[in-house]
Parts: sequence; C-alpha cells; structure tokens
Amino acid sequence: MAQASTLKRTPLYALHVRLGGRMTPFAGYEMPVQYPTGIIKEHTHTRTAAGLFDVSHMGQIAIRPHSGRLTDAALALETLVGADILALAQGRQRYALFTNATGGILDDLMVANLGDHLRLVVNAACKEADAAHLTTYLSATCNIDPLQDRALLALQGPAAEAVLAALAPEVRSMRFMDVRVLRLLGATCVVSRSGYTGEDGFEISIAAAAAEALCDVLLQDNTVRPAGLGARDSLRLEAGLCLYGSDLDTSTTPVEAALEWAIGKPRRTGGARAGGFPGAEVVLRQIDHGAARRRVGLRPQGRAPVRGGAALFGAADAAAPIGTVTSGGFAISLGVPIAMGYVPSEAAKAGTELFAELRGARQAMQVCDLPFVPLSYKR
Amino acid sequence: MLKFTTDHEWLRLDGEVATVGITDFAQDKLGDLVFVELPKTGTKLKKGDAAAVVESVKAASDVYAPVAGEVVEVNAKVGGDPSLVNSAATGEGWLFKMKIADAKELDTLLDEEAYRATLG
Repeated sequence: MAQASTLKRTPLYALHVRLGGRMTPFAGYEMPVQYPTGIIKEHTHTRTAAGLFDVSHMGQIAIRPHSGRLTDAALALETLVGADILALAQGRQRYALFTNATGGILDDLMVANLGDHLRLVVNAACKEADAAHLTTYLSATCNIDPLQDRALLALQGPAAEAVLAALAPEVRSMRFMDVRVLRLLGATCVVSRSGYTGEDGFEISIAAAAAEALCDVLLQDNTVRPAGLGARDSLRLEAGLCLYGSDLDTSTTPVEAALEWAIGKPRRTGGARAGGFPGAEVVLRQIDHGAARRRVGLRPQGRAPVRGGAALFGAADAAAPIGTVTSGGFAISLGVPIAMGYVPSEAAKAGTELFAELRGARQAMQVCDLPFVPLSYKR
Repeated sequence: MLKFTTDHEWLRLDGEVATVGITDFAQDKLGDLVFVELPKTGTKLKKGDAAAVVESVKAASDVYAPVAGEVVEVNAKVGGDPSLVNSAATGEGWLFKMKIADAKELDTLLDEEAYRATLG
C-alpha cells in the first residue's frame, strides 16, 4: 500500500509541478530544489535578470500589542532580541537574532514595523519553536499570530524592480529594507525590498489563494524565471549570508558569527536599553572584549569544493583541528569553490592560510573577506 | 561492447581497454556538475573501488570502478569543464580508461536492457 506523504506543501506546489520542479523534502515541506533549467542557469539568471523563488515554507508571524501602542510590542520583542526594535520606523524592516541564555542563536529573522503590528519572517525549520518562544514570553503584552494563509515569494535580481513596477509603480521609490503594504493584481500584499541573494529584489507576502496567479503574471515577463532552493543556497553563500542550522546555531553567538551589527547601539554596554535580552551578558562582553572565534569567508585553493562539516587546521600536518567549515560549495558567478567557517579570532584575518580535510587529504584554504560577490542593494 | 553497473556507470570495451563514465540517468539525477576529480594514470583499481568523484552544486558523489584494472588515461577535458559530463555523459564526457585485469568480470555487469530495467 502506498505511503501517504507527510510532507507539507506550499500554496505554490501545483505551480512547481507544472513548471517541472524537482521536488525535495526541506524543513517538512516538498520544495523545488531546481527546475529543468538547472541550478547553474537559475543562479546566473538571478544575478543578471530576475529569479522568482517560493519561500512560503518560512514562518510569517504578526505581533500585536494588547495596548494598541506599537512601542509596547517593540519593547516586548526587545526582551528576546538584541536588535533596536524601538527605533524601527513604520515601513522599515531590520535583521534580528533570537538568542538563548548563553548567547547562542536560536534563529535569525526579519522584523518589520507595519504601524499597528510587527511582522516577523522566521526560518521554516524554527517557525513552530519561534512562535512558542514568542508566546511564552510575550503573550502577557502581545497577541502572537502565526499567519497561516499567506504565501511568501522572493523576486530577486537587477530586473526585479522593473518587473514589479509594472504591477505597482510605487515600488520604484522603495529603498533597501523598506516595507510597504500595496496591491498586486488586486491582492493586498506586504512587500519588502530585501532578500537572501545579495541582489536588489523584493519579498512579497500575499494571501495563499492569490499566490499562483501572481506568479503566473510575473513569469509571463520573460526576464523572470523560476528558481529553486539549490540556487537560493548558492546565491546566499556568494553573498556571505548565513544559513541557520549550518552557519548559525545555538553554539554560535552573534559576535562569533560576525553579526554584532545586529545588536543595536542602545542595547550595548552604556546604551539607553543595554542588555535585557537572553544571553546579553555574554554577547555584550564579547562586543566589548572580543570572542574567541569568528565566522570568516574561505577560498579553497584548488578547484574542489570543501563542504560544511570539513575540519580546519592551522598547518598541513597539524594533528588537532582549530575550526570547522560550516557552509561550502561552488561559486557559480565566480567559477571557484567558496566556503564559510569558524576559525580562532587570531586566524580570522584575510590572507591567513589554513587547511581543510577533504577526502583524507589536506586542502589549502585562504581566509578572505565577505561577501564573495558585490552586493547590489538599493540604499 | 557496452555494459552498465547498478551504480550508473557505463563501460565500453575496446580490446583490453575499457572507457568508463556515468550514465545519462546519473548526470540528470546529480544536476549541474561543478567539479570532477579523476584518478591518476597508473592507479590500480579493484571492482567497486572509488575511482573518481563527480560534484554537483549540492553534493559530491563517488564513481566506482566497474571492474578491476589499471587506469591508463583520464579525460582532461572534463577536469576543465565538468558540464561536459552533463551534456555528453556517454560520449565526450567519459571519465577514464582502464586496462582491464580480468575479462570474465565483465559478465558481472548489466547489458543495456537490464540496466534500463533497474531504472524503473
């Protein structure tokens, strides 16, 4: 007897199948890893034109203050993240990190101020835990509402603005990390000028029932091609962006992860609202005095990719590893392998030579600056 | 003679020398290849030994020696352009050639019809 699939499907599942998507399990969802075009072409097309990604598996959570005053929701959220949420103006979005009592990262997320509520976008694999976390700590002052009937699309690439402006001319005036509520094909959408590729682009939250129609219209423009999770991962790695579960987890602190910029100035030592988030003591001490290790970019010196999990050594014949590769692959835009990993802070300078263990041999690696490709945000 | 393994390698025998590659089914399943590691000429392989590595964007996969033999030539073109394995897996995208040790081992391989049957 056939096993019923226990995998969830996004509102765009039928579209993916129609487009010939190669479906794979990801965070409990059946997601397209690629389409017949293949990852290389989908990646390149996103850097040169516009790629359309389904990211509906991610969690979208609304936080509404019981008091009706958004500053109460902002201050409440600040008890869980080190970001400056109070200063987040209406129509703006910011990157934040949920931390635990030892300063480890529980998830990385985007927070948007939509006037009467905050809108969070969290990782798919963490969305249930994140909602529970928010409910446990914020429900006295806020209503936590994981949105159930929304799709989330990402339209990324240098052509994204022109494509979306054909449906909503006002997107031309949006700059990086702006968020607007606007209508696309008659559907009310929350649109942010942001993404996970290093390119200019937009993330579009739309009612599930309206998502496929919007995608069909966007895909009618032949500068837009669908792109899957394979290309999403290769694009974000080139942009030096972290993947929770690979580059970030509960054993990495924001400073170790080179994400101290996500801890707002007022939340740091001497700031108006210093600390007051889980693990703040550890995080603030690391901001003030440094952390023992740091996330860096890495360039394998040969042609072979070095993948996440590979041990890093200070010398070709060193017995004990000094760090680990946390993400690695092939930079399609550059034609060379690239990686990210954690190394001791003393070894974190660009140009430092290290060695990775690859198939039983030691592969020379060089620490390099991030990102690997220039970022094209419209600031 | 063209033979196949259940691991999606093909072998084309010409006298004593066998050319080895991965099948079209395998390249399609792997997706776009970005790196190929070939054995050194002179390497002696037993049947089933990991002989080469093909890497797609997402992951590395081993290519196994279909029969025992000694590597006599590798395809330098594929090292410089891994996409050749995607576009011409059974032709220009061959991986290596080996002088086979024991012709009788070929009997352990599948013919084309039997290989296709394994694909379901």
